[in-house]
Amino acid sequence: MNMIGYWGVTRAIVIREFLRFVHQRERFIAALVRPLVWLFIFAAGFRAALGLSIIPPYDTYITYETYIVPGLCAMVLLFNSMQSSLSLVYDREMGSMRLLLTSPYPRWWLLFCRLFGSTTISVLQVYAFLGIAALFGITMPPWGYVAVLPGLILGGLMLGALGLVLSSFISQLENFAGVMNFVIFPMFFLSSALYPLWKMAESSPLLRDICAFNPFTHVVELIRFLLYLQLNLHALVWVVLSTLVLSLIAVWGYDPARGLIKRKG
Amino acid sequence: MTTGLSVRGLSFNYGAKKALQDVSFSVAPGQFCALLGPNGAGKSTLISLLTRLLVAPAGDIEIAGHNLRSVPRRAMAELGVVFQQPTLDLSLTVRQNLSYFAALHGLPRGEVPGRIDAALEQLGMRERIDEKARDLNGGHRRRTELARALLHDPKVLLLDEPTVGLDAAARQSITDHVHDLADQGLSVLWTTHLTDEVRDTDALLVLHQGQIINEGQAGSLRGDTPLSNWFLARTGVPA
Repeated sequence: MNMIGYWGVTRAIVIREFLRFVHQRERFIAALVRPLVWLFIFAAGFRAALGLSIIPPYDTYITYETYIVPGLCAMVLLFNSMQSSLSLVYDREMGSMRLLLTSPYPRWWLLFCRLFGSTTISVLQVYAFLGIAALFGITMPPWGYVAVLPGLILGGLMLGALGLVLSSFISQLENFAGVMNFVIFPMFFLSSALYPLWKMAESSPLLRDICAFNPFTHVVELIRFLLYLQLNLHALVWVVLSTLVLSLIAVWGYDPARGLIKRKG
Repeated sequence: MTTGLSVRGLSFNYGAKKALQDVSFSVAPGQFCALLGPNGAGKSTLISLLTRLLVAPAGDIEIAGHNLRSVPRRAMAELGVVFQQPTLDLSLTVRQNLSYFAALHGLPRGEVPGRIDAALEQLGMRERIDEKARDLNGGHRRRTELARALLHDPKVLLLDEPTVGLDAAARQSITDHVHDLADQGLSVLWTTHLTDEVRDTDALLVLHQGQIINEGQAGSLRGDTPLSNWFLARTGVPA
């Protein structure tokens, strides 16, 4: 079991995720339509109601559409990661997870590879979204598109790890709606994706504090700053720590002595 | 060092419910062992333990002489599994499904195409290599899963109710093929609740309410009684 073998597992899992993605065009379109609806419909109606001051990383006034692009990038990551990991909860994916876990490679490595595979697909979708936004004139600095890549990968890994944690512990998920209501919506709305935190503080300091605690806020801010070729160190540290903690919980959740299969009875 | 599959003193509980109690048995190389048990007998739990999806607090499992608890990776490398649930990726071709599995088992890339060809050839599936799994019928999907389970040359083959949902011809074909594999030296553990899949020359284990209640050669155990009647008399549950 050498390095080539470990790399082979990663390669195979990423290729599998990619092939599955290519064959599920409707999934790709749905993942793309969602942020575009927010960008072109929600943002168009909302910009009149929300005044934005100049805050870092911006050095001039920006349109509301420009403001929410990083949040929508993170939204693509969030939905994809949840969808990918939570599909494990359902029987259609249980078989393939069983197969994956019978590999002789260490379980933590297999889980990481799966996480990395789904993140790769999410990142491709984010770039497709950024491309369409650019076609409609909502652009970032050219090098920002390159600089944001590590942030997207890290954010994808963090949210994917969260999805794995949920899939290993939650057994009563009847459908995706439960996760929408209790995880995705709170994470998304209690973040800086749609409005800056200072704006939130004006209406409720408590809500602002909750937003500042929400790891999703830090994914959004990491992406926002990287798109403008700046590093938000605070956000980076927060995202790295969250990724580590969630990954450890996921590995624990998938430990053969407990977790996924056991709860199935 | 014991080869084949060896299980000693295996117990497992789901909370207060005892799923397996002190289960011990072994399957020698070249032996086809049928594990017969009604629904709820503990077969699925046993399979989960043998494939390390669960770990038992008590008992030992050895696969080709490797202890699953102390050297899990070596043990898993010697195990081929066909799960009851479908595990093929339907949107991928037969070749892609098998290649994926080969990588999960760390097989050298140069060897993979040859191994895939050989495994499919053995099961009469060679000409379907580029078909999508979605386009295969139930029997062919099962054969593909069997070919995949043999790809890494395991010493022990585990099949969890592999004929569920198949028509009579496909059932017969898979059953015959796996018997041939046992004749070639593999240790085979085949779980089922269908008595007609068991031959008189097979080793038979009867699992009931989490315990092995009978063990021996199927023909000598049943005597002159049809196996289904014999099974009914032992468990009170029709097979």
